[in-house]
Formats: sequence, structure tokens, C-alpha cells
Amino acid sequence: MKKYWRFGALIAIILGILGWLAASGINESKTYYKTISELKTLPSSEAGRRVRVTGNVLPGSIQRSGTAVKFVICEKEHNQLLDVIYTGKDPLPDTFRDNAQAMADGKMQPDGTFHANSIAAKCPSKYEAAPGGKAPKPLNSRPSAT
Amino acid sequence: MEVLGALAILFAFCLSIYAFLGSIVGAVRQRPYLQKSAQRAVLGVFVLVTTASAILVYFLLTSDFRLAYVVARSNRAMPPLYKLAAWWGGQEGSLLLWSWLLSCYSAVVVLTNRKKHPGMMPWVVAVLQFTQIFFLILNVFVEPPFHVLAVGKGVQAVQDGQGLNPLLQYWMMAIHPPMLYLGYVGFIVPFAFAMGSLITKQPGDAWIHTTRRWSLITWGFQTTGIILGAGWAYAVLGWGGYWGWDPVENASLLPWITATAFLHSVMMQEKKGMMKVWNMVLISTTFFLCIFGTFLTRSGFVSSVHAFAESSIGTWFLGFLSIGIAATVFVILNRMDYLKSETKLESVLSRESSFLFNNLLLLASAFAVLWGTVFPRISEMVTGEKITVGAPFFNKVNVPIGLCLLLLTGVGPLIAWRRSSWESLKRAFRWPALAMAITIVALLAGGMRHFYALMSLGLCAFVATTIVMEFWKGARAIAVRTGRNLALSAVELTHRNTRRYGGYLVHMGIVLMFVGFTGAAFNQDTTQEVKVGDRITIGHYALQVLEITDGSNDNYAWQRATVAATKDGAPIGELLPERRVYVASQQPTSIVAIRRRMNEDLYLNFAGMSETAAGHAIIQVYVNPLVSCIWFGFWVVFFGTLICLVPSKVKLAYARTEMVGVYEKQATSAK
Repeated sequence: MKKYWRFGALIAIILGILGWLAASGINESKTYYKTISELKTLPSSEAGRRVRVTGNVLPGSIQRSGTAVKFVICEKEHNQLLDVIYTGKDPLPDTFRDNAQAMADGKMQPDGTFHANSIAAKCPSKYEAAPGGKAPKPLNSRPSAT
Repeated sequence: MEVLGALAILFAFCLSIYAFLGSIVGAVRQRPYLQKSAQRAVLGVFVLVTTASAILVYFLLTSDFRLAYVVARSNRAMPPLYKLAAWWGGQEGSLLLWSWLLSCYSAVVVLTNRKKHPGMMPWVVAVLQFTQIFFLILNVFVEPPFHVLAVGKGVQAVQDGQGLNPLLQYWMMAIHPPMLYLGYVGFIVPFAFAMGSLITKQPGDAWIHTTRRWSLITWGFQTTGIILGAGWAYAVLGWGGYWGWDPVENASLLPWITATAFLHSVMMQEKKGMMKVWNMVLISTTFFLCIFGTFLTRSGFVSSVHAFAESSIGTWFLGFLSIGIAATVFVILNRMDYLKSETKLESVLSRESSFLFNNLLLLASAFAVLWGTVFPRISEMVTGEKITVGAPFFNKVNVPIGLCLLLLTGVGPLIAWRRSSWESLKRAFRWPALAMAITIVALLAGGMRHFYALMSLGLCAFVATTIVMEFWKGARAIAVRTGRNLALSAVELTHRNTRRYGGYLVHMGIVLMFVGFTGAAFNQDTTQEVKVGDRITIGHYALQVLEITDGSNDNYAWQRATVAATKDGAPIGELLPERRVYVASQQPTSIVAIRRRMNEDLYLNFAGMSETAAGHAIIQVYVNPLVSCIWFGFWVVFFGTLICLVPSKVKLAYARTEMVGVYEKQATSAK
């Protein structure tokens, strides 16, 4: 039985280390999904969390100043607006533009703006045509096509 | 013709139901003619699905815009390759591709096993056809590809399509989905044989021997598909990397990890009669992860940077997965008695134990990747809050696992079966350990302080030395006896035992890929807004923007920066990063310029014109050391896999207790 103890111990050590790494990895990189209205009423205890927020880019709101980019995203259902300041080093994705659905990762600031360090514009997928209709849809396209 | 296509899938659906039921009834009631007829039906399904696919491809190639599918994925200006690629450019088409590949594989299985495995075959056919029915349901009822647009009564016919997503208009991406699908779909064959052998209570490892080639070929396709995807991301997406732990990527990686574990652990069953239950579990897991991967990418279950097609097919997939998994678990539990291990583990220092830990680590990695991928959904269910984890999580877990696996890659093949002594280990690993130590000391002296990078490169040296030594020892033995030179002897050696030495080559390719991954620890990048004449310096490189030109063709309009580059003052030519706006979709994409060298890539992305400063272009520069090793390593893996497929010249009839790992023994076993 002694050798099985050895195997058991080794396996337990390996899994223990991996579990610990996984737990710390989760804590380091976890990001909460919030809607804009939830962000506005965020309890102060959660203010320091990394948050991912999604909304549509308000047409005409994109302003660039130096490396920072300011824009406003809105939530359709509740008519909520959120000012976002992006200061990440990567240039914005090609799909980021007026009306695009943008996903911002970052933290809420006390002044009510959202500081994002990464932006992903919902790229209409590898496979499907863009939501929001970048291309003029043919007159008779199937309504459920995308 | 579109009616013919739709009818073909419908008939295929009916026929595969017949094949499924026919096989089962034929097997249970012992009716050979019914079994035969079910096998013929499988061929019929293949012909029908091929017809439907051919019709869809014909519509795509001839740009027939009466079809909704063609309008949404193709346009007139696209070159023929991409018109063909539009077949798998959308939901309906790629599901049809799945069905078609499955019907091809089923037909091949039926044709190559006509006279073999009479008891098992009906069940194999039943498993194949059950899956075929599922995909045909999707093709016929859920996502029909032959949807015709209404024309007339004031509605105009469509003149041109919306085109394939520009990001997909790249050769690697055009062949990436079929490769990956060939891999995904292929694992159903070993799975079907495994189930067939369990249901019919076959003694022995017939299913493993029959499907060894299948598993290898399929694994090769999967590897190719994943690397093509990474290569595409690197060359097209313009963020300077090749892997971002996005759910789509993870979906393709998951079955690959378990398949790799399977390829290793079947050796335990073949040589030692151990791990029988485990192999069943592994092959089933691999197959269901393939289905799960398709489900992830096709249903919008987890949100991703690539917004997927969100549709109702998720429910269908979940249904199929639950039925399939429940049935599999039932069969395995029911036949537990036939899966008893013939031998027991003896020592922690043994080949068996190295396989065990190889499997443990691979499975842990697969579990971590799966966990991270579905974490948003799980956390939402458990805590009500949707939480996502990012690349740091995946790296933190998988980097150490990768390094341990790398170590096992070196240790495993040299350590003795049953038990090994510290003495023999010392002898076998003296040189590799020395190589590792020298590498690490040299790198430390060179100023490298990154712990994981040091370990990784050191282990690469370790494993590479073991492999070279294996070849050298075997080849020298042959050279001494036959008087041939070492190179010829190495070829002869490989030919004698293709499985073993092909496997070593695959390991060597993996080592090279690890060297490439390690390079990522030393990436540099900068983003700058520059006007014509400005300079950018990064690392050894100095870049100067010479001019910015533009133009257009039928498919897209382009803007191109001409950038002259020097390395340590010496000119190394011009790079031409480009930016395109496709006419049909009005979507901009970047065509990056990469100067690829074995030691370092210089990677330029033209991210667009600045909106604040007129005439300023935004240029991103990345210096990525060693990336080319990944692609080179892949070719070595590919070549090694091909060698494994070549039949060995000498049939090694070793008993199930082969001793390897001691110098003298090795020389004899190689003879």
C-alpha cells in the first residue's frame, strides 16, 4: 500500500498547487459584468472592482485627445448614458465606431466617468454579418438572418 | 436546383434514421442482411449530403443571389477561393460542412471495414448515424442552407451579396475551418469503435488497433487547424499575438488536449493492459468536447469578442450532449467488468507513472481551460453575478502545467517500465541534465531573469538532448553493424519503429513550439502617431515612414504605408502595412507587414489615420522574438505525425514488459 500513498501524495500536491494557482488567477483577472444602470447605482463597497460594461457608442461622441479617447455609450432600454475614457495603449479595434456595440473593461471613477483600459467592439464575428447592419440589408432579407 | 438540394438533405435525414434503426435491429435480432442494408444506407447518406453540398458550392461559385445564404456570405468581387470558403463562412453552411464530413467519414469506415469486425460494426454504424441524424436535423429543420429570397410583387432581386467577412478573406482562414472540422468530426470514429467494442463485450484492444491511424490522422488535422487559426490571428488581427484564450480558441483546444492524453494513454493499454476504463472515458470526453466546441462557437452560449451567431440551436446541442453523455456513462458503467486492469502500478519511478502524470496534467489543463471558458455562466448560475476571467488566469495555470509536461516529454520515453532505479536514471539523464544546466547558466549570464522563460528554455534543451541521444544511439548501433553512415542509419532506425521515432519527432516539434511560446516573455511593442518622414525606434530597429499611398480595386479600397527599416543601423528593406476597407461590407481591416526571421519577427500594423492630427498615421510596432519557431515546430510535428502513420518495417513483437531506459538495453532494443 505504501506506493499508492506515494502516488496519492504526489497527485494531491500537484492538484493542490494547480488549484492554488487557479484561485489566485481568478482573483487577479476576474471582471464583473455590469449594465450601465447597475454601474450608476454601484454600492461603494464594490467601487474598486474591475468591471466589464457593454453599450452602444453614441453617434458623434467619439473624441480623441492625444492618446486618450473619450466617448459615450448608451443602454437602449433605460436610456442611460455613460462617459468612458479610454487610456489603453492599443489602438481601438476596427469595428469600433458610431453605433457599434462596445465592451469596455475598467473601473468606475468617483467622478462618474468610467476609465477603460481595454475596449472590444463587438466584432460581428468571424462568421456573421454585423449586428446593427453595417451593410445595407437587401430589401427582402430574412429578418432572422443575423 | 435549390429544391433538389433541400430534398437531398431531407432524404439523407430519412435514410440515416433508417441506417441507425436498421443497424440496431439488425444487431439485436442477428439479421446480417439488415445490417448490410444499413451500411448501404450510410453510403446513400454520403451521396445525398454530397449532392446538397455540391449544389450549395455551385450556387456560391456562380454567385446565385436568389439564395439568402449566398447573399449574406458572398459577393461578385471575391476571388473563387473565398467564394468556396463562404461555404463554411456562415452558420447554415458550416453545419452542412459538419454533416458532409461526418457522412464522408462514415462512408470510409463502412467501406474499409466491410469484411472486418462483424459483431462490432452495426454498433459503430449506429453511433455514427445517431450523430448524423442530429446534424441533419439541424440542416433540415433548424438552419436550412437553401433558403430562397422572395422576388416579385415589387421586391427586387438582389444584385450583389454582402461578401464574406473581410477578416476571413485570408488563405489560412479559408482552410482553417475545414481542417479543424476534419479533426472535430474525426474523433467520432474511435469513439464509435470504443462504444461498439464495449456494447458487444469485445475482449482485448481491437478497437484501439483499428482506430490508431484514425486517431493520429484526426489529431494531425486538429493540430493543423489550431495552428492555422493561431497563424491567422497573428497575421490578420493586428494585435501582435497568436493566442488570446478567447472562448473560440479554447473550444478548439479542449478536445485537442484530451485527444493528446488519449494518444498517450492507449499505449498503456496496448503494452500493459492498464487504464482501460480511463481510455474509454478519455475518448468519450474528447468526442463530447468536440461537440461541445461546436456548440460553444455556434450557439452564443458564452459571449466572446467574436460575437457568435446567436440562435436556438444551443438547445438542440444541449439535448444531444445530454442524451449522448448519459448513454455513454451507462454503457461504460454497465461494462465495467470487461475493463479490469491486467497489471498494477509498481513504482513512482516508472514509465507507467510518467504516463499517469502526463494524463493527470493534460486533464487538469483541459479542466482549467473549460472552467475558465464557461466561468461567466457558472458564476451567473451560482452567485447571480456574471464574472469573467481573462488571459492571466489561463496563463497562470497552463504555463506551469506546460512546463511539467515538457519535462515528462523528456523523462517518459527513457524511463523503464515497471520500476526504475535512481542509478539508471542518473545514467540516462546525465547528459540531458547537463545540457539543461548549461543552457540556464548561459542564459543567466546573458542577463535573462525571467523564471518561467529560463525553466522553459532549459527544459527544451533537456528534452532535445534526450531525443538527439535516442536517435544517435540507435543510429550508431545500426551504423556499426551495417557500415552505413549515420544519416542513413537514422532513416533506417526510424523506418524500423516508426511509431517510436515518429513520436520522438513530434516531441521535437513540440519542443520547438515551446521555444517559440517562450519568446512571448520578451515581446516589445510601441504605438505611435507619425507623419511621413518621422522615425520610430524600438529594440534594435529604427523605422522611417517614407510615404502613404492609397488606391482601390473591385473588392476593397486600400491605404498603405511604406516604412523603411534598419536593424542596428543596417537597412533591412521596406515593410508595407496596409489598411483595407471592403466595398461590400464597408468594414476596415488591417493587413499587417511582418518581417519573419527565425530569431525575431518585426511586426507592423497600420492602425489607421489619426483623427486629431492631419496626415498622421497610427503605426503599431511589435518585436516578437522566436515566434517563427512555433510555425517551424508545427511542421516538425506534422512530419513526425506522418512518419508515425508509415507502417514499421520490423514488427516488434515485444512482450508486455519491455525494458527501456538502461543504456545497454536500449542499444539492443533498437536493433
